[in-house]
Amino acid sequence: MTDTLGHWLMSEAPASRRQAVLGNLYRAIRSIVANPTALVGLVIVTLLVLMGALAPWLSMGNSPLEQDLAGRLAAPSAHHWFGTDELGRDILSRTLHGARATLAIVALVSVIVVPIGLAVGTIAGYLGGWVDAVLMRITDIFLAFPRLILALAFAAALGPGIENAVIAIALTSWPAYARIARSETMTIAHSDFIQAVVLQGASTWRILFRHIVPLCLSSVIVRLTLDMAGIILTAAGLGFLGLGAQPPTPEWGAMVSSGRDVILDQWWVATIPGLAIFIVSLGFNLLGDGLRDVFDPKS
Amino acid sequence: MTNESLLIVEGLDVNFPGRTGVTRAVRNASFKLGRERLGIVGESGSGKTTMGRALLGLLPHTATVTARTMSYEGRNLLNCTERDWQQLRGRRMSMVMQDPKYSLNPVKTVGRQIGETCMLHLGTSRKQARQRTLSMLEAVQIRDPELVHGLYPHQLSGGMGQRVMIAMMLIAEPDLLIADEPTSALDVTVQNEVLRILDDLVRDRGMGLIMISHNLTMVSSFCDRVLIMYGGRIVEECAARDLTNAQHPYTRALVAATPSLDVRRAELATVTRDPEWLK
Amino acid sequence: MITVKDLSVTFHVGGRDVRAAEAISFEVAAGETFGIVGESGSGKSTVLRAIAGLVPSRSSILEVDGRPAAQRRSRADRRKLQFVFQDPYASLHPRQTVDDILREPLEIHRVGGINDKVIAAIADVGLLPMHRFRYPHQLSGGQRQRVAIARALILKPPILLLDEPTSALDVSVQAEILNLLARLRQSYSLTSILVSHDLAVVAHLCDRIAIMQLGRIVEVIGADDLRSGAVAAGYTRKLIAASRGFARIPA
Repeated sequence: MTDTLGHWLMSEAPASRRQAVLGNLYRAIRSIVANPTALVGLVIVTLLVLMGALAPWLSMGNSPLEQDLAGRLAAPSAHHWFGTDELGRDILSRTLHGARATLAIVALVSVIVVPIGLAVGTIAGYLGGWVDAVLMRITDIFLAFPRLILALAFAAALGPGIENAVIAIALTSWPAYARIARSETMTIAHSDFIQAVVLQGASTWRILFRHIVPLCLSSVIVRLTLDMAGIILTAAGLGFLGLGAQPPTPEWGAMVSSGRDVILDQWWVATIPGLAIFIVSLGFNLLGDGLRDVFDPKS
Repeated sequence: MTNESLLIVEGLDVNFPGRTGVTRAVRNASFKLGRERLGIVGESGSGKTTMGRALLGLLPHTATVTARTMSYEGRNLLNCTERDWQQLRGRRMSMVMQDPKYSLNPVKTVGRQIGETCMLHLGTSRKQARQRTLSMLEAVQIRDPELVHGLYPHQLSGGMGQRVMIAMMLIAEPDLLIADEPTSALDVTVQNEVLRILDDLVRDRGMGLIMISHNLTMVSSFCDRVLIMYGGRIVEECAARDLTNAQHPYTRALVAATPSLDVRRAELATVTRDPEWLK
Repeated sequence: MITVKDLSVTFHVGGRDVRAAEAISFEVAAGETFGIVGESGSGKSTVLRAIAGLVPSRSSILEVDGRPAAQRRSRADRRKLQFVFQDPYASLHPRQTVDDILREPLEIHRVGGINDKVIAAIADVGLLPMHRFRYPHQLSGGQRQRVAIARALILKPPILLLDEPTSALDVSVQAEILNLLARLRQSYSLTSILVSHDLAVVAHLCDRIAIMQLGRIVEVIGADDLRSGAVAAGYTRKLIAASRGFARIPA
């Protein structure tokens, strides 16, 4: 069964569009899996998603919010695998639930940054001329904002919280994507296959969205994956400064911050969420490196 | 033309290991080359370029080259080390490739590159090298050798670049020149000028020349003898002037598939490939 | 069908104006195949691209199918004239299947019966149904060029412009594509312009041929004149001699 399915997917003569698209996807997944770096990254990121999704079941009955002032700062034990924090909350449970905050930030930033970056970049690259000049100067202005300072300003103006942290990160992140999309667009804008659709009478929007964007997407996704580590660290940094997720919501940056005072005596309070940040950032970096190898047009 | 053989190849096989098995790029190829112009014709994937590179030891390390005999001026090429090859290449045998752009160093002047080859292989002084370079540039019919001597490769036109390449390859006076599609990047009028230069040099110096090309018209008008390759195999060998009367069905089909200025054909013949040809 | 008078194309390169084509005038009758021959830099491709509206040009008359061809073309204008590019590796979108590529012109012009038309177009250029959902990288050079030809003809345009359609292909594949073009020209009663550097290819397919050098037309001759050498210009003579192969001067 698996053999015939593999054959069907790897077929050099697909019989339907569905088979062709699935076959392509299958080949991409196979090459990701065949790449050890990408595979490790993929496993870490998948585990992160599973952690977030299954947090209530994985926490072994411990609530991330329930306080137990009698058992505060308890060392790791059979009941609290990673110990408890300064309010007696289970650190394992909080770390697992913290994955949700991280995932939310990752997802929100991606959803904002990728479309804006792609739109600005491909339009600037394809239309050129004054449109390009105006869009790229705007990009330069956004690129000049220091990320953390802007986030601080946002928090000051709109109040601290995950949403504002996400907006601040997204606002300072999209210019890089616009630049990638623009340079990618400029190399393909004058290629024969784009000229061919021009000659068929396709509108500019059709050319941009049906023909250029799909080609820019892979390098944008690679860049996004590589940037994820930075985004997670920034979000954690904001949490550390008290400008990200607000207590009592479990968030890794804020958890590290709360463990700061007891780091010498109760090391686990800051170390466990710190490790989580480290591993997840590493995972995204490895996945990004692997994806870059897989998507490399030269291979 | 003398009877003495410069190059003797018998049973040459070149294999490339790949993900889906071994690719047999050249299969059981045998030929001899004297001081003559030998053409190797074939379509892409026929193994003609691979064979040319095998003769110069220029294949990547993944390739396995085996042969019963492969000797050049009596010297066995099969047990050459990389060091032996380096001494052979340039000094005794040389190669001109399709695009001079990729074969010349972009940050050195033409004169310096040719001069360095000269000093390396002939052990001449800098001054002598310059003299020889200038006269070599003159030999490839560059009008102002002094000027071209100081130019960088990107300042040369296609035809000029190919002449410079030829000058560089011939400065050490090798006995064998392998030219791989030397003129296919050039315009047809320039192409013939370059061929004329090659022809004169080969004749005057009594060299052997292997001309690898896909262009039947050019090879049949330029060479003495032609090998036709198909699927890594030499399917036919004939005198260049007899190419239109060739025996092998592949050669015949190839000739009939080429549009011609002489004959008007309502339809061009197409090549029906026969698996028998590879047996 | 196509009338060109005093066409000129100027490119601005590094602050300088470069005349790529100048004083180009010719007419192509309905059903005719007109050839343009020249060496690199002669401006032959530029003229073709100017007619297609891919590069800006100036002319006293530029008419396609009896209507002036403006610099900005409407969708209906585009439908009349299609183009086949030189490099089959560069002219197909790398992430689209043959099916996607052939569907696109039909969707743009909102033509019905897309499925049947795609299937017919694939058969028409000698491809097999199994090629329909392949990506370009799963096809050979000749098969790709067939896809490009199918794409150009799927809207049944009256005019087809061919820019060196076979020069990236092997001799045997070139023969197949040239035969295909000759057959399609008949069955679609196409008017076409073929640009090539290869005199033999142009003489094989065309009725009349313009010889171009340095951005100008040297002369316009019939294919038979090209064969017999009955030409006026010295440059044409030189070109013909060179195309016949290498002529050794007896020592």
